[in-house]
Amino acid sequence: MNIVVCVKQIPDPSAPQSLDEHHNLNRLGKLLLDEADTYGVEMALQLAEVSSGEVVVVSMGDATDLTGLRTALAMGAARAVVVADPTLRGANALDTAAVLSAVISSVSPDLVLTATESSDGYTGTVPAQIAEFLGWPSVTFAKSLSASENSLTVSRQSEAGYDEVTVSLPAVVSVTAGVVEPRYASFKGIMAAKSKSVEVKSLSDLGLTLNQGQAISAVTEAPSREAGEKFVDDGTAAEKIIAFLESVKAL
Amino acid sequence: MTITNLWVVLEPAENGFTSTSLELLSHARTIASSVAGVTWGTGNMQATLAGEYGATTLFCVDVPAQALPGAAVAAAIAGGELPDLVLIPTSYDGRDIAGRLSARLRRPVLTNATNLSADGHTEHQIFGGTRLVDAHFTTPGVGIVVARAKSFVASSSGGAPATVTPLAIPDLGRRGESSITNRHVEEQTGPKLEEASVVVAGGRGIGEVTGFEIIEELAELLHGAAGASRAIVDAGWVPYSLQVGQTGKTVKPDVYIACGISGATQHMVGMKGSKVIIAINKDADAPIFQMADLGIVGDVKTVLPALAAALRARSK
Repeated sequence: MNIVVCVKQIPDPSAPQSLDEHHNLNRLGKLLLDEADTYGVEMALQLAEVSSGEVVVVSMGDATDLTGLRTALAMGAARAVVVADPTLRGANALDTAAVLSAVISSVSPDLVLTATESSDGYTGTVPAQIAEFLGWPSVTFAKSLSASENSLTVSRQSEAGYDEVTVSLPAVVSVTAGVVEPRYASFKGIMAAKSKSVEVKSLSDLGLTLNQGQAISAVTEAPSREAGEKFVDDGTAAEKIIAFLESVKAL
Repeated sequence: MTITNLWVVLEPAENGFTSTSLELLSHARTIASSVAGVTWGTGNMQATLAGEYGATTLFCVDVPAQALPGAAVAAAIAGGELPDLVLIPTSYDGRDIAGRLSARLRRPVLTNATNLSADGHTEHQIFGGTRLVDAHFTTPGVGIVVARAKSFVASSSGGAPATVTPLAIPDLGRRGESSITNRHVEEQTGPKLEEASVVVAGGRGIGEVTGFEIIEELAELLHGAAGASRAIVDAGWVPYSLQVGQTGKTVKPDVYIACGISGATQHMVGMKGSKVIIAINKDADAPIFQMADLGIVGDVKTVLPALAAALRARSK
């Protein structure tokens, strides 16, 4: 089974984030593999290993730093394709999905895996948009999946618990964190990743024009909550909490 | 854009529609003169409920019971005459419908909205809810907006039952090739996480998977619900359905008790609307203390059992 995993390189999420003058997230410095994507990469590697398939990671975004894509390659993906184009800066979810779909079509895999949403943009619509562009079925929020000949069985998160869903291939499946335990890249993997192919494409390579159609008017400070009292526990913490709960009539 | 005709996707739930659906419908009638609902499955039974919350028409898509609704509902909406804007709840199926509809119509989608005004502008939070983004559509055509739970208050308008109109599903091709073979309902005691007046949530600070037992016990003692940070959901200690935050549920309880949760921005988005916040954390510099009405710098492993014991003693 050949699998494409859509991944995103994001600025270090533990570092302070800022916006540029166009209200786009500053993406300077090292670009890391979104942790949410490591689950899809791992799942893909496991499915490909038992079926002698290949895993290709597909991404859109700045290609000035490739740390994140090299991480996926070091985990075991065969190669990477990244669409980098200055006009894509701040691209919306629809354009992102159109770009990723165009690359996926050229790879023509049996399965596309994604995260449920990126950690920095978190629109959460891209997996369904990709599936619609490709004309494929999709199952989002998979918490486990297993493959058979031409279909997948997926446990999909639901409001009440989970549903077992079968889906025919090719399909798009978004996986939740925890679907598998992502491996750490081995030293051998890290070394091998250095010589693996990272193909950088532009928008014109794909023959695409952008849809855009949305803009940010303003970004303002949200009203902040004031901190209240803070105590260092001296053994009376439980009493303090109970007194507080009584004061707000929760007890 | 000016919103005159507004459609709200009403997600079926036991005995009606999900609470988020009714919140969106209630808001819709305050900004648009013509409001319709779109639902599927047994939705045609709910014309009274849809009308009561402000829909004059209820479009029903005849999605088979075992099918995932995303592709079918999106195609049905896209297949007819379109309104000015389609408002969709942030949920598993809601996002599928929004994504499918967006790609089908080649129209952008504004997501995570916490407000929508009559001129089509939305508001959403970034950077852990510390900044508000005002966004809008710039090209003519239908607007698609996905709004978060608890952004609006559900209120009955006392309207007459909505007129039920079927909405046909065009040929989906391969898009419909998925089916639900089994539904598992996780046993739930006590109130739902999104509806509880008290939420007790655990994070990495609980130490290990068994550390969540005391969180559940406290939730029960306070007649509330247990929640979790992303860290311990990712670690596999608790199911995803308990996750509070940007990627999980949005809660606005009267009391939120954050236990061993440092307060990553991704978590704060989901709970900063709580009326009061109590935080217990070993790290005095944890960001959660910046928004806690009561902060306890201490170890949850000693504070929580003492609190549970005191609450048990009171309930005797």
